[in-house]
Amino acid sequence: MKARITRLLMGLALTVSSLVTQAAQVQVAVAANFTAPMQKIAVEFEKDTGHQALLSFGATGKLYAQIKNGAPFQVFLAADDKTPAKLEAEGDAVPGSRFTYAIGTLVLWSAKPDFVDDQGEVLKKGDFKYLAITNPKTAPYGAAAIATLTKLGLFDALQSKLVTGENVSQTYQFIFTGNAELGFIALSQIIVNGQLTSGSTWIVPADLHEPIRQDAVILAKGQDQPAAQALADYLKSEKVKTIIKSYGY
Amino acid sequence: MLSDVDLAAVWLTLKLATITTMILLIVGTPIAWWLARTGSKWKGVIGAVVALPLVLPPTVLGFYLLIALGPHGPVGQLTQFLGWGVLPFTFAGLVVASVFYSMPFVVQPLQQAFEAIGSRPLEVAATLRASPWDAFFTVVLPLAKPGFITAAILGFAHTVGEFGVVLMIGGNIPEKTRVVSVQIYDHVEALEYAEAHLLAGGMLLFSFFVLLALYSRKGAHTWK
Repeated sequence: MKARITRLLMGLALTVSSLVTQAAQVQVAVAANFTAPMQKIAVEFEKDTGHQALLSFGATGKLYAQIKNGAPFQVFLAADDKTPAKLEAEGDAVPGSRFTYAIGTLVLWSAKPDFVDDQGEVLKKGDFKYLAITNPKTAPYGAAAIATLTKLGLFDALQSKLVTGENVSQTYQFIFTGNAELGFIALSQIIVNGQLTSGSTWIVPADLHEPIRQDAVILAKGQDQPAAQALADYLKSEKVKTIIKSYGY
Repeated sequence: MLSDVDLAAVWLTLKLATITTMILLIVGTPIAWWLARTGSKWKGVIGAVVALPLVLPPTVLGFYLLIALGPHGPVGQLTQFLGWGVLPFTFAGLVVASVFYSMPFVVQPLQQAFEAIGSRPLEVAATLRASPWDAFFTVVLPLAKPGFITAAILGFAHTVGEFGVVLMIGGNIPEKTRVVSVQIYDHVEALEYAEAHLLAGGMLLFSFFVLLALYSRKGAHTWK
């Protein structure tokens, strides 16, 4: 009996000590458009691995500036594929650690039901005052929107109607408040549990623009950090891929 | 050097700040006068409303302006009824937003100037048979001149420095709503740091010299 208790206690002590040595924190910079899925993934990540992911959300360009100026991030989930590549080329990321964690889907959306048809014909009719997009210079969804309009041969006709949000959330706000009748945003913004929430939508065919690749990278501060590597591996797992998909990527 | 797009943003910013300051001097003077002279129980309420932009994050102000001025908002309904359309994404919309945003920077210096004058000079003017309007223009305005200069400088400079509100209701349209601060933000976001430095450095120097002029003048001319 005594031996059994001793064994039990020893086992318990071993478990606790292994938790203490293994469980660590990882500081993660996350592109704003990936806020909701990443919050969910972080909860699952902690459940499955014991590691805790501390999340900071922001625009990719701003996060880049912070990383260049000494921010303590160990993993970076960007909204594009250019910024992680740039960080790697500049020696601020672990070489070869880059991977695509999500591919964005561009949609044309209106808060009004039946305003946007499922072929995007509404763009040709041009029966609206403002078409909202995200800044094409800084946001991949903006660049994809411009590419789509150009490919449809509508850019010149619609250029004077464009209003620009600084990020997809702001573009969503312009449309949601009715100030712009319609606009290009991310599918992930209007989907909850795999269902479109409101308004009317045209899912832009993927062949009208370059794929909106969102890449992640382990940063220099995450080198040889088990928790950082664990998060990178976790993001590639089937379980996480299913979560990401349910958010409209 | 500055590109055409940057120059357009600078020009637009100066235009916005000038128009906003002029409107604020006209609208702000009676408000400041009333706040300085009234014994009404509403004084605290109006004073607090005027001062709100001092403490509110510009994103809050911008968000509510976007909703209020939008097609479903009360102001938006009114402007549409009057046939003006809706104000967000237009230069007029930025002017309206800036008037709210910079209001305390104009009203408060004016109010202080009016309070410093007190009622005595007006009473004297009244005994000399000056009408209230006459007394205001010939007695109060000259006495309050330093307050007007401070108010104009602060209102102008604060509008030049506006960012959050413009971002929320502007829509970043070249030559209509893309002001310098938004242009700087875009340069930084696009990692165009050289261009950002040019504009940001210019803004820093501008703001410093405006304040330097303001504070040097105050030191030299108080009580004259």
